[in-house]
Amino acid sequence: MTIAILDYGAGNVSSVERAFQRLGAPTRKACGPEDLEGASALVLPGVGHFGALSRALRERNLLPRLQAALERQVPFLGICLGMQALYEASVEAPGERGLGVFSGSVMPIPAGLKLPHMGWNQLRLVPGSQLFRGLPPQAYFYFAHSYAVLAPGQEAAAFCSYGTEFAAAVEQGVVFGVQFHPEKSGEAGAQVLRNFLECMP
Amino acid sequence: MTLARRIIPCLDTDGARVVKGIEFQKLRDAGDPAELAARYDREGADELVVLDIAASRDHRATFVETIRRVAEQLSLPLTAGGGIRGVEDGRAVLRAGADKLTINTAAVRRPALLAELSAEFGSQAVVLAIDAKRVGGGWEVFVRGGHEPTGLDALAWAQQGVASGAGEILLTSIDRDGTRKGFDCELTGTIARAVSVPVIASGGADSPEHFFEVFTVAAADAALAAGIFHEGKCSIPEVKRHLEERGVRVRLNP
Repeated sequence: MTIAILDYGAGNVSSVERAFQRLGAPTRKACGPEDLEGASALVLPGVGHFGALSRALRERNLLPRLQAALERQVPFLGICLGMQALYEASVEAPGERGLGVFSGSVMPIPAGLKLPHMGWNQLRLVPGSQLFRGLPPQAYFYFAHSYAVLAPGQEAAAFCSYGTEFAAAVEQGVVFGVQFHPEKSGEAGAQVLRNFLECMP
Repeated sequence: MTLARRIIPCLDTDGARVVKGIEFQKLRDAGDPAELAARYDREGADELVVLDIAASRDHRATFVETIRRVAEQLSLPLTAGGGIRGVEDGRAVLRAGADKLTINTAAVRRPALLAELSAEFGSQAVVLAIDAKRVGGGWEVFVRGGHEPTGLDALAWAQQGVASGAGEILLTSIDRDGTRKGFDCELTGTIARAVSVPVIASGGADSPEHFFEVFTVAAADAALAAGIFHEGKCSIPEVKRHLEERGVRVRLNP
């Protein structure tokens, strides 16, 4: 069992790697398509700009292999921008495309409150979600983002509220996404990662 | 569901060890950064800030190694800074395990740095650190550890910094730093109400009540302290319990 963590050159991949290693799960960084081969699960961390992520996946030729893995039902976890990448597009980068697993566009959080939405917030859990098994409803998770999925479909597994409600987590089969950073969310975040690991065959 | 106010311990380091400055001159060893980080993670800190107060070119590698050792201990967000002058400096610190970079003197010297960093890493990763001191009717920005006046107005600089791409402001009151008289609520409130990004108040904390004041009177989004936590004068759980009892939303469950 190996979890491939996609490393496209931006941001802090090592903290995601460490969070899985603390749970005893072997990981490897995946910089190119060949590194995805044989992985039992894929994790797409993400900070920064939707356009930069979209371009990096394209330039590193990761997109086709990623989409093929998703079709083969390889368990997938997108974190923050990595969750947003599961949608078709984002207002942050008009013209760039996401993975399109879920329909719709990522939108800016409506102005009025301070942005980024930065810090610890609670969730409204959708009953029956796999990712939040064993977690108390008052658990806090760490967010740092200015864009969000404001109108998710049936894939929504949890909502968060900051001026408006948005998707805090999505799941469909073995495809998962979280807008918050489980690797930065203490014990509650570790439990979410544990639940993801349990979905692996 | 409400965003919790954050309590952030800060580790000032000489690159390798945590130091405690007495008026910035006599530095005294205050422990190992990784050990302190592990302790604050357990105690319920919401983030950790690690600064290289010497910020000299010749020990960058030491500081990056310190970040790596600290990050290993943390399941919380980590902000690091001191001496970051360009995108590659920032990348080294982020790759070592930090989530956000604080930029202070280098941004005053070269304001384009903020835009460069936020274009590369996103504005959520760029924290503009401002050291401000009361001058006349306003506050002036000082750099180089609070020693060098810049002629910049703190409020205008904060607004310019946000426009350039800073996603957060770490605001230290030079007048209050080390005095234990509480945060400068006037300064914090003035900046926090005028910018569209979160503001972390810093300087002067000595009791749980000081945190309550800066969150309620001054609308700070987060509050940072070093000495009172390192010395155990009051603990993070104590501060959080006090805030919770007085109706300020904080994250209590670990």
